[in-house]
Amino acid sequence: MINPHPGLPELQYVKPATLKEASKFLAENVGTAKPYSGGTDSFVRLRDGVLKLDYLVDIKGLEGTKELSFDSKKGLTIGAAITMNQVACHPDVIKHYPNLAEAAGSVASYQLRNRATIIGNICNASPAGDTIGTCMILDGVLKVHGVDGVRDVPLNSFFLAPGRTVLKPGDVVVAIHLPPPPKGLVGTYKKLGRNRIGDLSIVGVAVAAYPSSDSASGYRFRIALASVAPVPFESFKAEGVLSGKKITAELIDEAAVAAMDSVTPIDDVRGSARYRKQMVKNLTREALTEVWTKLSK
Amino acid sequence: MTLKTITLTVNDMVETVDVPQNMTLLQMIREKLSLTGTKNGCSAGECGACTVLMNGEPVNSCMVLAAECEGATIVTVEGLAKGGKLSKLQEAIVKAGGVQCGFCTPGMLISATALLNRNPHPTDTEIRSAIVGNLCRCTGYVRIVDGIKMAAK
Ligand SMILES: Cc1cc2nc3c(=O)[nH]c(=O)nc-3n(C[C@H](O)[C@H](O)[C@H](O)COP(=O)(O)OP(=O)(O)OC[C@H]3O[C@@H](n4cnc5c(N)ncnc54)[C@H](O)[C@@H]3O)c2cc1C
Ligand code: FES
Ligand code: FES
Repeated sequence: MINPHPGLPELQYVKPATLKEASKFLAENVGTAKPYSGGTDSFVRLRDGVLKLDYLVDIKGLEGTKELSFDSKKGLTIGAAITMNQVACHPDVIKHYPNLAEAAGSVASYQLRNRATIIGNICNASPAGDTIGTCMILDGVLKVHGVDGVRDVPLNSFFLAPGRTVLKPGDVVVAIHLPPPPKGLVGTYKKLGRNRIGDLSIVGVAVAAYPSSDSASGYRFRIALASVAPVPFESFKAEGVLSGKKITAELIDEAAVAAMDSVTPIDDVRGSARYRKQMVKNLTREALTEVWTKLSK
Repeated sequence: MTLKTITLTVNDMVETVDVPQNMTLLQMIREKLSLTGTKNGCSAGECGACTVLMNGEPVNSCMVLAAECEGATIVTVEGLAKGGKLSKLQEAIVKAGGVQCGFCTPGMLISATALLNRNPHPTDTEIRSAIVGNLCRCTGYVRIVDGIKMAAK
């Protein structure tokens, strides 16, 4: 529901100077304070009254949150204050992780992408988060600062339920780290919204693939799906189909059906569960065909 | 609620403003600085009527806290004309007939100004994707796109 009233409920804006201070404040104000990055999720929820807070704790500017750097041996680090546009337009991201640039560029509108962050997208833990699947199949690991110090949390063990993650009171995600891209990486993000661009996804399909001697097909495929389960997830079922045999159009069809069989969507305003299932099949087939065409050239 | 005092630059003027901590940049621009060119359409990040430049980049001002704008440089639609003369883009949008009710126009102009700053010769597709977040209920967009193209020449 859209509440056209411009105001936000009463709350205090807090800007801690250090991560330590931020974690301490958040831990002391459980349930009434939350990290604040772009605010593009929080503001909507605050205005609708589904989120009630006394404090928005601005994490932009804390140590490490403004980092966006690539190193061919270490990989890519994206700080918590880095916006979707910064990721989508960064030459190293476009060159080495083109599927991530594509996913980040698929979010909302240009001006919203100047505020919305990748880390906010992840921490919001919406099943529809457009960049989550791609970060997952690129083996993203979150760097989390808590009251007891810093720890690493792999993205594939981060989500518990819609809107729920393993983060504890006081935790601030500082950055996400992606290992160097596998050699020969090709990927894409296929998003179906109610209109062509600028809407939340009804279905999102993230695919990454690269040559691999470990697999009988000679290639490793990674497939993650959005908006069709309580949290974005990797479809090991569909990936398995593509590991054992020579890749053909028929095998791609089979993998698309396996992807469809691995989802548990719901009916909502944006689409029915039945429609979503069909679209998972179609978009997975489209994504795999596109990726395979590039890979087998 | 305690007020926060911030100093920022709006349309080349340095302003010091006392803002409630839950006030958005949009509210501050309209209610504290009386710059009512910037519109409130949805207060949800959807319509783009509130778009302003913040440190050179367009943002939805309904989704930004005024309190975090300490030191920021903001340009609103009132800042586009210089010395009483409309910008090239503004002239072109008028000429192309890209304004009907005018509610979307301030945000549209800001998004298009930012587009032309980063990409002086955009294609039709680049123009259309730059204004995806600016909804217009009147023109059908064609004349707005024509105006932006005209300004890019
Ligand atoms: C009009 C509109 C269109 C949208 N379209 C899309 C779309 O197409 N695709 C899509 O995926 N999303 C979309 N969104 C949702 C939103 O923009 C994204 O999820 C965005 O990436 C959130 O980032 P943020 O920085 O704005 O998050 P915030 O609102 O600042 O934070 C989101 C949540 O994460 C928590 N959080 C933020 N940073 C941290 C941190 N460092 N550590 C711990 N917790 C943290 C916050 O406490 C909050 O609970 C849209 C939103 C709007 C308003
Ligand atoms: S009023 Fe800000 S986007 Fe609609
Ligand atoms: S001219 Fe009326 S909304 Fe665009």
